[in-house]
Amino acid sequence: MSEKNINLTLNIWRQESPEAKGYFEKFEKEISPDASILEVLDEINNRLEFEGKEPIAFESDCREGICGACGLVINGQPHGPLPKTATCQLHMRNFKDGDTLYIEPFRATAFKILKDLIVDRSGFDKIQVAGGFVSFNTGSAPDGNVILISKEMADQALDAAECIGCGACVAACKNSSAMLFVGAKVSQFALLPQGQPERYERVQAMVKVMDENLFGSCTNTYACEAECPKGISVLNIARMNRDYFMAKLKTGTNE
Amino acid sequence: MIKLDSKIPGGKLSEKWMNHKFNMKVINPANKRKFDIIIVGSGLAGASAAATLGELGYKVKIFTFHDSTRRAHSIAAQGGINAAKNYQNDADSVYRLFYDTIKGGDFRGREANTWRLAEVSNNIIDQCVAQGVPFAREYGGTLANRSFGGAQVSRTFYARGETGQQLLLGAYSSMNRQVNLGNVEIFPRREFLDVVKVDGHARGIIARNLVTGELEKYASQAVVLATGGYMNVYFLSTNAMNSNATAAWRVHKKGAAFANPCYTQIHPTCLPVHGEDQSKLVLMSESLRNDGRIWVPKKAGDTRNPSEIPEEERDYYLERKYPAFGNLVPRDVASRNAKYVCDEGKGIGGGKAVYLDFSDAFNRIGKEGVKDKYGNLFDMYANITGVNPYEVPMQIYPAPHYAMGGLWVDYELMSTIPGMFVLGEANFSDHGANRLGASALMQGLSDGYFIIPYTMGNYLGTEKPEKVDVERSEFKEAQQNVEENINKILSINGKQTVDSIHKRLGHLLIDKVGMSRDEKGLKEVINQIRDLREEFWTDVKVVGDAKDINQTLERAGRVADFLELGELMAKDALNRNESCGAHFREEYQTEDGEALRNDEEYKYVAAWEYKKDGEWELYKEDLEFENVKLATRSYK
Ligand SMILES: Cc1cc2nc3c(=O)[nH]c(=O)nc-3n(C[C@H](O)[C@H](O)[C@H](O)COP(=O)(O)OP(=O)(O)OC[C@H]3O[C@@H](n4cnc5c(N)ncnc54)[C@H](O)[C@@H]3O)c2cc1C
Repeated sequence: MSEKNINLTLNIWRQESPEAKGYFEKFEKEISPDASILEVLDEINNRLEFEGKEPIAFESDCREGICGACGLVINGQPHGPLPKTATCQLHMRNFKDGDTLYIEPFRATAFKILKDLIVDRSGFDKIQVAGGFVSFNTGSAPDGNVILISKEMADQALDAAECIGCGACVAACKNSSAMLFVGAKVSQFALLPQGQPERYERVQAMVKVMDENLFGSCTNTYACEAECPKGISVLNIARMNRDYFMAKLKTGTNE
Repeated sequence: MIKLDSKIPGGKLSEKWMNHKFNMKVINPANKRKFDIIIVGSGLAGASAAATLGELGYKVKIFTFHDSTRRAHSIAAQGGINAAKNYQNDADSVYRLFYDTIKGGDFRGREANTWRLAEVSNNIIDQCVAQGVPFAREYGGTLANRSFGGAQVSRTFYARGETGQQLLLGAYSSMNRQVNLGNVEIFPRREFLDVVKVDGHARGIIARNLVTGELEKYASQAVVLATGGYMNVYFLSTNAMNSNATAAWRVHKKGAAFANPCYTQIHPTCLPVHGEDQSKLVLMSESLRNDGRIWVPKKAGDTRNPSEIPEEERDYYLERKYPAFGNLVPRDVASRNAKYVCDEGKGIGGGKAVYLDFSDAFNRIGKEGVKDKYGNLFDMYANITGVNPYEVPMQIYPAPHYAMGGLWVDYELMSTIPGMFVLGEANFSDHGANRLGASALMQGLSDGYFIIPYTMGNYLGTEKPEKVDVERSEFKEAQQNVEENINKILSINGKQTVDSIHKRLGHLLIDKVGMSRDEKGLKEVINQIRDLREEFWTDVKVVGDAKDINQTLERAGRVADFLELGELMAKDALNRNESCGAHFREEYQTEDGEALRNDEEYKYVAAWEYKKDGEWELYKEDLEFENVKLATRSYK
């Protein structure tokens, strides 16, 4: 594993509160190539605390790329330069001695900055509350094998369901669109038999709340897919658009 | 004085839960909405409880320190969830799952709880499928299974290496539906800091708003704690960075007994430590042991590349010592043996790591086959270590992973504080001295979907608690105490950072209350922890104030609690003069070096009552085994 340590210059976004003006603070640091970028922040924080200075506020939890808590823009890219990698999994061996890094929060109208690198992503939960579920009470389920689902379908549903809700898609999009996030959830249920009864109400309800929460529209640049740490495909957006369109056609007769 | 009444119903084991369900009070649907319930924690246990209690019509408030309920540590579970479906026709049954779990826990768990867990395991799978959880499927469309350590049948359901994520998102979606319907209200970015008791019953909580720093008061007629396990007491563990014991510990100090704190599981298949600045350890799912073979060089200090070490110079020590279970022995056995070979200097390059080798599997099912089963785990390994595991065998080493110990609860999942229920990893209930793989997800969901909805009704129906107002003196007093504690931490202004003290605690514990323990070490470590606690309270440095986001302050409070819990873990380990499951006392082992239980004297749950700083009283709940014969656990 470990090779020689490398020296980096890190410019890190500091912002005291949502209203305060932000700025980059510069740190020079010698680090191990085996460390993750969040461990570098830990070290900087430990140093700052030791000196009696306010540490950098940032979020992270599982550090295995699955909880979706972490999310930094590194040199202009959400989650940094590696494809299909969350910030917490970005190891310093991917940088060269002497590199300069710019580290910023996920920026979007819908994601207010709370402090330093922490943003408010509660809009995502609101969209899920609107319809990201199958209406089904505990206790009444039939045997799991009563519903047969082909391996292919189950795999495709899981491909969509893997979304970690980090918000990189929104941060990557010039319009701050959440279509990839919403499309993934809509697709998971649209692909599975369990999701059929509410399929068209669901997509409408979720899209409505998405629009209310200041997420922009999709202009097909595919930046979202490129930056998604789980590689969620833009195909999900197409599925959602199709269902949304179908729903509009149907509501004419249903309502 | 506490009273340990386990409330285990009489009658035949297989009928206890059914009968008890019938005997418990029920509340009519119209009256349910008159009851407010607070749930702390939105992992599998908390989210499933919120969803189900909401469906029943209770008014639920759920709290989490995360920004979203979906981020609870449960999300990171990889391998799978057990159920006794017997879909593989390999002679599985409720009885076998029950028996494996009791045996895996080295006969230190409650029969009645474990049976109930096995019994509802099948409902859990059905429930999750109905929610749209995309479990792995066979080509014919049926649910797929894999096998896990400690079992000889294939009963584990999974969704690639992301089972926890999919199960949690399922529970989260059901809970969200109840939010939509107005039955559940979510309070994110809130940290529970104390329970409020009125006339001895849990009637509310004090939570800190982590954005504004305000201390908020909330009242309810019952409180459910589903705040997860305490393995971050070791500093380095596989748990998420923010997992902590504060909720459980504060409740313990208010009168809830803490059971079996020394039962801590060190998981065998984790990535080795790479350096002092490491922040956490990464688990590689145990399912890898299905196809990977574990070995070390026979010669101590062998520094050759693995490919240069011929077969006959390799020691597949688990296959050699345990021919029946081989690489699938329970976690405690696998971990301890890894430690032993490394202590003998046979670890990779003489260090602390062993090989997990897939060469045989590559030959059998091809690299594509392996990729299909474990692709994301292999990717993860390559990403973290920078080494390609399709070319070079993986290196692994045990890491702190799961807490079997936790708050003591009765059969109804109520702690020794009436009205305070504890679910999931936070309680001690179902795994004895060692948890088998894929059974924590099962327990969390069992507690939340299928147990608490019934037992909560029984409590509320029996007690008929009145609503209380947060303006009562009990709330003000609790709030004041929390505030004083925070101010005290902020005022120390010493020289050591929170993390540096936490790391030292971790080193002490892993060394002396880790995979092996002995009397001398335990006595020493108790004093060392006390000294460290003293250092914390005189020399810790927490920058900033309590008026906005202050993550150091959050961590400081948690480390302060770990410094007390650590002492109790050592005390409990010292009290238990036997080896059982994950608790291995060097003084008590068989000639073969296996755990030597002492059923005569230690066939009990150790439940500790907090008296004052550094002082506890021990209560014993005797365990009765009427349906299984106490046997020496053998995996040979
Ligand atoms: C890496 C890893 C892999 C695993 N894989 C498996 C597996 O394959 N199969 C299996 O069965 N088990 C597995 N486990 C174990 C299993 O994931 C956990 O035991 C289980 O998910 C715990 O669920 P829980 O609901 O009890 O708690 P958690 O999921 O830990 O949730 C705790 C909740 O409480 C909240 N909380 C805690 N304290 C406070 C507080 N003071 N104030 C407010 N909120 C608070 C948190 O925000 C969180 O929402 C794994 C564990 C790890 C670490």
